[in-house]
Amino acid sequence: MANLRGQKKFVSIVPPGLRLVERSVLPGFKLTMGLTVTYLSLVVLIPLSGLFLATRHLTFGDFCHIMQNDLVAKSFKLTFGASLCAALVNAVMGFIVAWVLVRYRFVGRRLLDMMVDLPFALPTAVSGIALAQIYSEKGWIGQFLPIPIRGTPIGVTLALIFIGLPFVIRTLQPAIADIDRELEEVSASLGARRHQTFLRVIFPTLSPALITGFAMAFARAVGEYGSVLFIGGMIPGKTEIMSSVILSKLYEENGQVPASAVALVMLAVSFGILLLINLIQIWANRRFALAN
Amino acid sequence: MTEEEKQIIRKYNEHRKSILRSTTEPRGVRILLIALSVLFMSLFLFVPLVSIFYEAFRSGAGFFLRAVSDRAAMSALRMTLLATCISVPANLVFGLCAAWCIGKFQFRGKSILVSLIDIPFAISPVIAGLLFIFLFGTNSLLGIWFRDHGYRILYAAPSVVIVTIFVTFPFVVREILPVIQAQGTEEEQAARVLGARGWHIFWRVTLPNIRWAVLYGVILCNARAMGEFGAVMVVVGNSPKTNTLPLHINALYQGYADPAAPFAVATLLALMAILTLVLKCFVEWKMSSAESDA
Repeated sequence: MANLRGQKKFVSIVPPGLRLVERSVLPGFKLTMGLTVTYLSLVVLIPLSGLFLATRHLTFGDFCHIMQNDLVAKSFKLTFGASLCAALVNAVMGFIVAWVLVRYRFVGRRLLDMMVDLPFALPTAVSGIALAQIYSEKGWIGQFLPIPIRGTPIGVTLALIFIGLPFVIRTLQPAIADIDRELEEVSASLGARRHQTFLRVIFPTLSPALITGFAMAFARAVGEYGSVLFIGGMIPGKTEIMSSVILSKLYEENGQVPASAVALVMLAVSFGILLLINLIQIWANRRFALAN
Repeated sequence: MTEEEKQIIRKYNEHRKSILRSTTEPRGVRILLIALSVLFMSLFLFVPLVSIFYEAFRSGAGFFLRAVSDRAAMSALRMTLLATCISVPANLVFGLCAAWCIGKFQFRGKSILVSLIDIPFAISPVIAGLLFIFLFGTNSLLGIWFRDHGYRILYAAPSVVIVTIFVTFPFVVREILPVIQAQGTEEEQAARVLGARGWHIFWRVTLPNIRWAVLYGVILCNARAMGEFGAVMVVVGNSPKTNTLPLHINALYQGYADPAAPFAVATLLALMAILTLVLKCFVEWKMSSAESDA
């Protein structure tokens, strides 16, 4: 009787559309959900709220004052400028490499494909000293270049190209593999030349993935620190990026507030990019759904 | 077959050939693109990797061995292993829990939970370190509490571990979740109806389906945990006792040590990276063959 009443209660009280959790025969929801939310709060949410607490004394005037500081403003320009250049180079070269890896068969293709993930796997400090070494005046590549690379914004950009490359390639590869070859055949049989097919059929299909990869590479570049440190040298006003400004502010007296202000700007940019990537995904899905 | 029919077939074949030709690039373009890719990848990825090993052995094998087995290097290795051995299992357990509750159940706020889990990906390493400076700093409640009870969190081993957990937080769950969602819940429901208990379902039904994804996540998580630099640097400051391998490389590079010394230590991490790439390739191959079996 109790069982029956219990069952009846469950069905009648909450209409299916308003239920927080859909019923399932599988066990463990409460346990895993509890653990997940607890761990997430302890590791991510509470520390993150600490940053916002630290900025509670920051007034808008102070914020503007910090941002107008010459070194801070220069680091902003360098960070965003170099990240943008690096992401653009990555978008172009990443597109070519991804296309070659998916479409063509040649000796060493698998090795090349494996190497793509090297910037993910290699710690930034290691890639940092390696890049600094080969682009130094006597380095393997640096000795052939007419301009100095180390300690210049070009060096910073090179390091950012290195760390952002896998993002574009790994986002584009599945998209290129997913292209319906029949579309290309249709286009060709309707009389389109190869470059027309590429520009009018292939490129538009790949553009969401390309933009996503570009945005991810840009976001990663904006936040990068380790690999830039060695090749750029973090010379204030010349090769110092935002991450380094935060660090040097921290070592100053009463530097926590300026550091957190710069951090807030960087956070806003990263979350903005994350939002943008999600919007692109939604837009691409909708467009794809309409096309079907 | 009449002459007219033959001509039609010939025309058809010619047309097909021209279509096949026109769905790929001309031979010259293909070779050019391959050459460009190989050149770019060699200059940007292969040369830096090779240069690490070259520089490491430039002062001789004896120097290399001394630099790697030096006391500071050993202490850095221990610190790196400590942080990795705590953060990877912690994030593995979390990843399995989160993947189970997100992948197997329908509930409100699911997409919010998934976005929250992704947060550490969007936060740059230096800011990640900064978060913990604020959390455990001398001005914060937590910082004061720990100081009064005699615990040292910042500029010591605990903060290295915590910040490593933070930066590697989403790695395992991000790899498991798509696989567990693609599997659906039918198999688990069947096991449940046949009378299997919760743990039994997990070990016998779910885990075999997702094991390669789990391994994949662990490999990526491990690589990041061993290699994290910026975040650890912020919370450790200038205390050589708590240097991890990447920080030790930095100290050697900025200091007056032999120029080969940082590269010698870096080979350890470079070997880890190469192993990661090979394992990753192997797991990808296993995953795709498991997919084609299903």
